[in-house]
Amino acid sequence: MNEMNELKRKVLELLKEDARSSTELMATLLGAEEEDVKMVIEQMEKEHVIVKYATVVNWDKVDDERVTALIEVQITPERGRGFEGIAERIYLYPQVKSVYLMSGAYDLLVEVEGRNLREVANFVSEKLSPIDAVLSTKTNFTLKKYKQDGIIFEEHQEDNRLMISP
Amino acid sequence: MITNKTQLAAESNKSMNSYLAPLVQQIQPSGIRKFFDLAAGSKDIISLGVGEPDFKTPWHVREACVYSLERGFTGYTSNAGMPELREGIANYLHTRFAVDYNPEDQIIATVGGSEAIDLALRALIAPGDEILIPEPCYISYSPITAIGGGIPVGIETFGEDNFKLTAEGLEAKITPRSKILILCYPSNPTGAIMTRADWEPIAKVVEKHDLIVISDEIYAELTYGSNHVSFASLPGMKDRTILVSGFSKAFAMTGWRMGYACGHPDLISAMLKIHQYTVMCAPSMGQVAALEALTNGMEEKDRMADSYNQRRRLIVKGLRDAGLECHEPQGAFYAFPSIQATGLSSDEFAQRLLREYKVAAVPGSVFGLGGEGYLRCSYATSVSQLNEAVERIGAFVRQLEQERA
Repeated sequence: MNEMNELKRKVLELLKEDARSSTELMATLLGAEEEDVKMVIEQMEKEHVIVKYATVVNWDKVDDERVTALIEVQITPERGRGFEGIAERIYLYPQVKSVYLMSGAYDLLVEVEGRNLREVANFVSEKLSPIDAVLSTKTNFTLKKYKQDGIIFEEHQEDNRLMISP
Repeated sequence: MITNKTQLAAESNKSMNSYLAPLVQQIQPSGIRKFFDLAAGSKDIISLGVGEPDFKTPWHVREACVYSLERGFTGYTSNAGMPELREGIANYLHTRFAVDYNPEDQIIATVGGSEAIDLALRALIAPGDEILIPEPCYISYSPITAIGGGIPVGIETFGEDNFKLTAEGLEAKITPRSKILILCYPSNPTGAIMTRADWEPIAKVVEKHDLIVISDEIYAELTYGSNHVSFASLPGMKDRTILVSGFSKAFAMTGWRMGYACGHPDLISAMLKIHQYTVMCAPSMGQVAALEALTNGMEEKDRMADSYNQRRRLIVKGLRDAGLECHEPQGAFYAFPSIQATGLSSDEFAQRLLREYKVAAVPGSVFGLGGEGYLRCSYATSVSQLNEAVERIGAFVRQLEQERA
């Protein structure tokens, strides 16, 4: 069982590195049977350990204007449900990319994406702020993304080593 | 001031060779150098020729060094190295390899493992002493032995034995002039390791013939399957062994040039004399970085070793699929496939592979006896590059088969 858990963890690490790795390659790298790799991936997909295979995009390099804002939201928790119901109301909006419950000066951190500044501003003033439980919002626009999901966008990966060395 | 380049070139064309020390004149340039020059002019080359990690030094190590510089830690340290570093090395060797050294008089921090080996040889060699060197091996042992006035004596090791040194092989080369045995396991270039059972008969021969051992254990952290056994940890061997290691391979710190030597106080004190009159002390900033690596770097080291292990599996499978016989390397980050079946010498094979298929690897012949017929392929490079490299090697092997048909 532990061996399977170890295999799952290692497969996840390889998929996080490159979601397009073939099961054959992963099996070779891990010294495992390809059948086992396929099996643990299927299992993890079923169990929603693997939620989705996505691509990290540096949108700044694409001619497609987008604006992202991180919005700090203070809310009054609901009796019995705490933050759950209100978080759900917020994360169901398609323009909301992520929602985190935070410790500290505010309760929820909401990542919102829009085509332009006005679209994000409208979302905050027309959708988010009017929610009864929302006490306050503080909108922080993202100016530039340097790193996301552990990936540095502008990192130069050149190999500066000598071609041959002892 | 002379600014004319032609004039400068003409002036420097006068041969000065007659002034050179005869010992140095006799030394041949490294066979690796030729390949370096060949590869340097070409483009789109995939290099399996690099004997260093493809990771950058972990950030916390770099940061510790930067911070120490900001605080102005830029002076000399004591000749043997910062006491905290020597203590760190002693703790590390105790924990990892069960060998105990007193940091005060049994450890010296050096400018890379290379300086440590040079110091050991210079401290020990009397003219005419024979130095036993199992080969294929790291390219420097033989030349620095000769520069030190010793006579290098190669001991061939064989693919059939997974390139392990055997007691019989060692004993066959021993003469009354034999004094030092240089060991390098895990091995560059073969990836061979030695188990405790492999070492025991060697230790008996070493004792019987009263040899001193210089044990280069720079790849000790990179073993796959079984843990490294330090030669110094064998019963009775610690006092006659100089353990040499460093930070380059385990912690991806090649450019820092940080190494160390450990051994009997008399030997270390002799080495320290040479060290203090030549380099004074290892660079202080490197020492700070090395201490940080030892103190907080084990997790990163494990992560890197894990990654080498994955790539080791990939290249061995890839080379075998390409039609080359390849023993399973158990340490370091080199595969050492046989190219004998192709009918080419290792030099020809490597040259044509580089010219025709743009893959740089090092011919086994440059590593001494037993290396002919093999190719050193470093797998310290990315998975995608490795995949592409073994595909190109496969295409080259198929082309050679067609040429022979």
